[in-house]
Amino acid sequence: MRLLVPLPVVLPLLAAAVSMALHRRAVAQRVLGFVVLAISLAVTIVVLVGVRADGPVATQVGGWPAPIGITLVADLFAAIMLVISAAMVLAVLVYAIGSPRTTDDALFFHPLYLILAAGVSASFLAGDLFNLFVAFEVMLSASYVLITLGGTREQVRTGMTYVVISLLASTLFVTVVGLIYAATGTVNMADLAAKLADLPEGVRGGLGLLLLVVFGIKAAIFPLFFWLPDSYPTAPTPVTAIFAGLLTKVGVYAIIRTQTLLFPTGDGPSLLLLAIAGATMLVGVLGAIAQNDVKRILSFHIVSQIGYMVMGLGLFTVAGIAGAIFYIVHHIVVKTTLFLVGGLIENATGTGALNRLGGLLHRAPLIAFLFIVPALSLAGIPPFSGFVAKLALVQAGFEIDRFVVVGLSLAVSLLTLFSMMKIWAGVFWGAPEEDPPLLAARGDGRLAAPALMVVPTGALVFLSLAIAGVAGPLYELCRAAAAELAEPAPYVRAVLGA
Amino acid sequence: MILTLAVVIGVLYALGTYLLLQRNLTRIVLGLVIMGHGANLLLLVAGGRAGRAPFVGSAPESDFADPLPQAMALTAIVITFGVASLLLALAYRSWMLRHDDDVEDDVEDRRIARTNVEPGEK
Repeated sequence: MRLLVPLPVVLPLLAAAVSMALHRRAVAQRVLGFVVLAISLAVTIVVLVGVRADGPVATQVGGWPAPIGITLVADLFAAIMLVISAAMVLAVLVYAIGSPRTTDDALFFHPLYLILAAGVSASFLAGDLFNLFVAFEVMLSASYVLITLGGTREQVRTGMTYVVISLLASTLFVTVVGLIYAATGTVNMADLAAKLADLPEGVRGGLGLLLLVVFGIKAAIFPLFFWLPDSYPTAPTPVTAIFAGLLTKVGVYAIIRTQTLLFPTGDGPSLLLLAIAGATMLVGVLGAIAQNDVKRILSFHIVSQIGYMVMGLGLFTVAGIAGAIFYIVHHIVVKTTLFLVGGLIENATGTGALNRLGGLLHRAPLIAFLFIVPALSLAGIPPFSGFVAKLALVQAGFEIDRFVVVGLSLAVSLLTLFSMMKIWAGVFWGAPEEDPPLLAARGDGRLAAPALMVVPTGALVFLSLAIAGVAGPLYELCRAAAAELAEPAPYVRAVLGA
Repeated sequence: MILTLAVVIGVLYALGTYLLLQRNLTRIVLGLVIMGHGANLLLLVAGGRAGRAPFVGSAPESDFADPLPQAMALTAIVITFGVASLLLALAYRSWMLRHDDDVEDDVEDRRIARTNVEPGEK
């Protein structure tokens, strides 16, 4: 078990090196990437089952004991995130291989993609703040190159914004790591959980707030989200989809991990987090309503959805955090799917602009079906996964009488539905205002879509339906993960021993 | 000694922040690099007072400098270096494509802001 924990990081990294050596052999690169990511998905599932049975597992890399050495920790929350992210990475890789005129042929797409996968896994497993920083950097460095892969004017412009804002967050991260080390003499999170509690209230609050700003930039919470809707849509679809699904959620993961382990409020909900959550939900969805491009609408929705996750955390009850974890799982699947469908639309018609599209319902009924399921799920319509996730959050809110934020979250759901219907009406109903160039039209007037793009999208749609289908057991799993976060003693014992 | 370093770190952060707020890409890149230097120095200072190189048996343990923040600072320096070169490459690419060095606004955002204002109402 201890030996399995580092594998989701080590395997993709090694494969990235091999893949780079194979850079003129596209087929070998594709097979290698697929096989390695499939193996690491299997490993993460084994880890999840093991952690569910035996509690948190810690691996001391190189045999250096915590709190000095590098520690990788898999608790239930980390294991859930590992499984869901490994599944997404695999599905999007198949989509990238299947999509014509993208990315997949670009030199070094495959090695970078594998490094990104390793960085995401490492962020979930990191047991100390400095290695969390390193894992973030591994992931972000790969993402900097992926987002500007084409080197077009638009990509360089938006990529620059993305790189600069991420780099500023990273510098602040190093700063806060240095300050925490100066104050406590350790950066190991399990060790910090005890030592931070002894600090004066002011120092502790300052450090907690700085850490929240650092992860808030990565997670795109209000008021630090402005870079996201600008930079995501210009990248190639598979890249945008994996960024939208995973990268901001890594930020949310770090917020939940540090706020529960290092800076627990002790009693009652955190008003600051609830206020941030409300503002993030509302501003994100209002931004989405104003947009005219499929990918930009979806990008603003990422911001809005992050608010729901922060709301679950802000309630600071086991039910609230369980709701947040469930929401993250549902959101990663649904959001990735929606971006993949957006890519299918662009691939079939050559544009994502609502006012240039129309009538796709008859010309591409399959794409319409693949869109409507995750769209309704995102808005929280029963019986889809979004309904279950929102129900969990709303119930958690009612339990401790936080009516304002619950009411706001329900209103935002309606607005989400409205903007999803805007895409539906613009893309799938009616007739196009100007005739878009139909790149993939077949003889009978229907639009084609490559099988390798449709299959992973369909698989993810099925997965989101499955999440709703097994909502009961899955919620129990999330609740167990939340209970571990609320009561960190086993986590600390697993890392520090005894 | 520590006071000197503290002042230097403060100046580096201030300078970095100032440069970061400019509209000029080169200055933004320089600002980030300088701020990164400040952060790396801060890591070093976080280790406490200076001491001897921590080789086992070479000196009494109480004389050693704390090696952990040094290892962290080294890692952070490498990362800053790598990302700074990528930023420079991006800035150069941007200059090649547009022949100017200014940061552009979000084009689509400006367009949407304009379309939503009725002609007549300012």
